[in-house]
Amino acid sequence: MNSSKSCIKLAIASGKGGTGKTLLSTNLAALIAESQNVLLVDLDVEEPNDSIFFQGKLKAVLPQHKMIPEWDSEKCTLCGLCAKVCNFGAVVDLGTSISITPPLCHNCYACSELCPVDALPMVESHMGDINLFDNGKLTLLEGRLNTNEEHSVPLIEKVHKEVEKNYSHIKYQIFDSPPGTSCPVVAATSKCHYVILVTEPTPFGLNDLVMAVEMLKVYDKPMGVIINRDGAGNEKIEEFCEKEGVDMLGKIPYDMEIARAYSRGELLLGNGSYKAIISNIFNAIEKLHL
Amino acid sequence: MKKIKEIVVLSGKGGTGKTSVAASFALIAGKDAIIADCDVDAANMHLVLKPNFAHSQVYCGGDVAVLNQDSCTLCGKCKEVCRFGAVDFSNGRYTIKDLDCEGCGYCSHVCPSGAITMVERKSGDLFISHIKNGSQMVHAKLSPGAENSGKLVAQVKTNAGRIAGEVGCEYVIADGAPGIGCPVASSLSGASLAVMVTEPTKSALHDLKRVLTVAKRFNVRPLCIINKYNINSDQTAVIKEFIEKEGITHLADIPFDSSFVKAMGQAKSIIEVDSKMKALLEETWGKVKEIAQTV
Repeated sequence: MNSSKSCIKLAIASGKGGTGKTLLSTNLAALIAESQNVLLVDLDVEEPNDSIFFQGKLKAVLPQHKMIPEWDSEKCTLCGLCAKVCNFGAVVDLGTSISITPPLCHNCYACSELCPVDALPMVESHMGDINLFDNGKLTLLEGRLNTNEEHSVPLIEKVHKEVEKNYSHIKYQIFDSPPGTSCPVVAATSKCHYVILVTEPTPFGLNDLVMAVEMLKVYDKPMGVIINRDGAGNEKIEEFCEKEGVDMLGKIPYDMEIARAYSRGELLLGNGSYKAIISNIFNAIEKLHL
Repeated sequence: MKKIKEIVVLSGKGGTGKTSVAASFALIAGKDAIIADCDVDAANMHLVLKPNFAHSQVYCGGDVAVLNQDSCTLCGKCKEVCRFGAVDFSNGRYTIKDLDCEGCGYCSHVCPSGAITMVERKSGDLFISHIKNGSQMVHAKLSPGAENSGKLVAQVKTNAGRIAGEVGCEYVIADGAPGIGCPVASSLSGASLAVMVTEPTKSALHDLKRVLTVAKRFNVRPLCIINKYNINSDQTAVIKEFIEKEGITHLADIPFDSSFVKAMGQAKSIIEVDSKMKALLEETWGKVKEIAQTV
């Protein structure tokens, strides 16, 4: 792994949505912030929710851009090469003009740089923002994708870069990741040292956990599991984790009061017994000696 | 023949009950609907509807660059142009890192010796199945970490629409993905109606607002179900006020109770374990059908 590691990057992920990633990320970060600086990074850029749980001040909005080609009709000789080289259908030769569909563009620069007359310069296109919230010892960086964008990976990568550039001095860094098992999750988790998968003890939770574990194994990521809503079912999550050699890091009980606190946008740490649950999880993470 | 109506179930936030609602609609609609599981990177409908995986086909979402070492002249142009860091140079030779390759083909165009070819990459499987209610379902499994799930969603929907046309059924019910990204955009493209399943949490309302802007962009009329409405009645009131202000049809309030937990535990639809819930969802599906006739 990272030999010159000054920080511990923990990704909080899950296959299935709504299992408690945000619940765990926000509470874990708030718990750590009671004793030391902590960075919470919301990488669920399609639907970022972490900021709902903190009253911290919005200190900065950093606009994020991606590069997309822009057609220069005066320079263009309509040779059609750009459309031929675009493998994503983003550049189409209409005969008398060139049409560009930005959501389909993968920002590979092929059309732009292979154009013999420089008629497709790459220009900045605003895709979203990184919002910086200051909350005492807790710093929250939130990636927020514009709702007319369909690809979250470029923004997720920009957020990672921002963290590397300006926040590597903070020891504990928690990355609240998007649901699913496709490219956004890979982009979110690949730079982290360890992935915590939050699941629930139902056939649905187990099904999606199996897929998430399969995905992370492709990338050789060390990982552990938290069972949320423990007691609401009897799926054999623990058996699966043992079989796969995945660490069991703790459980959050099935409790309507936890659900209600979450629904109001509140943290759990005001209640002693809930705080103990989060503390136990943090202790289990510390014992991993990452 | 009547135009096939495609009803897509979405939420923005994950875990609000999309699959529970979509599976209930599927069982109620029976042979009137073909089911499309469009949450291809965390598919769950198969757990409830028990498909038989009768027909499967390989899904290729894009290309991957393959470098032939024998023709490589070590000029390094491929590494120069790759924006994805997918070309590696070590031990005196260039190699393509499969997992990082975006499949754009730029390297293959600049290689002077034609050593790089683009080949289709398998990124999942698509299935067409018979399900327990006698109807059919189209579903898929994306390969772990794969790209372009929007394209797979489009294929799932195309197949579902084709089958609906062939067997003469009027509806396609599509269970969508969370978020607002390419699989969601793809499931909204060409849909007749979007049933938004939300819950009374601050997060869910925030996420609902964002997915509604996507539905608007695709010109798909949204309808709304508030699931687990009884976990926070104040927040339920806030959501109701919001959807009323937006002029969104409020279809139903679904309560959260122990039968939900029971149904989840048995991988059953909520309507299979609770008769009151069955009546509520039958009424809701009736409303959806009625509105679908007007769009």
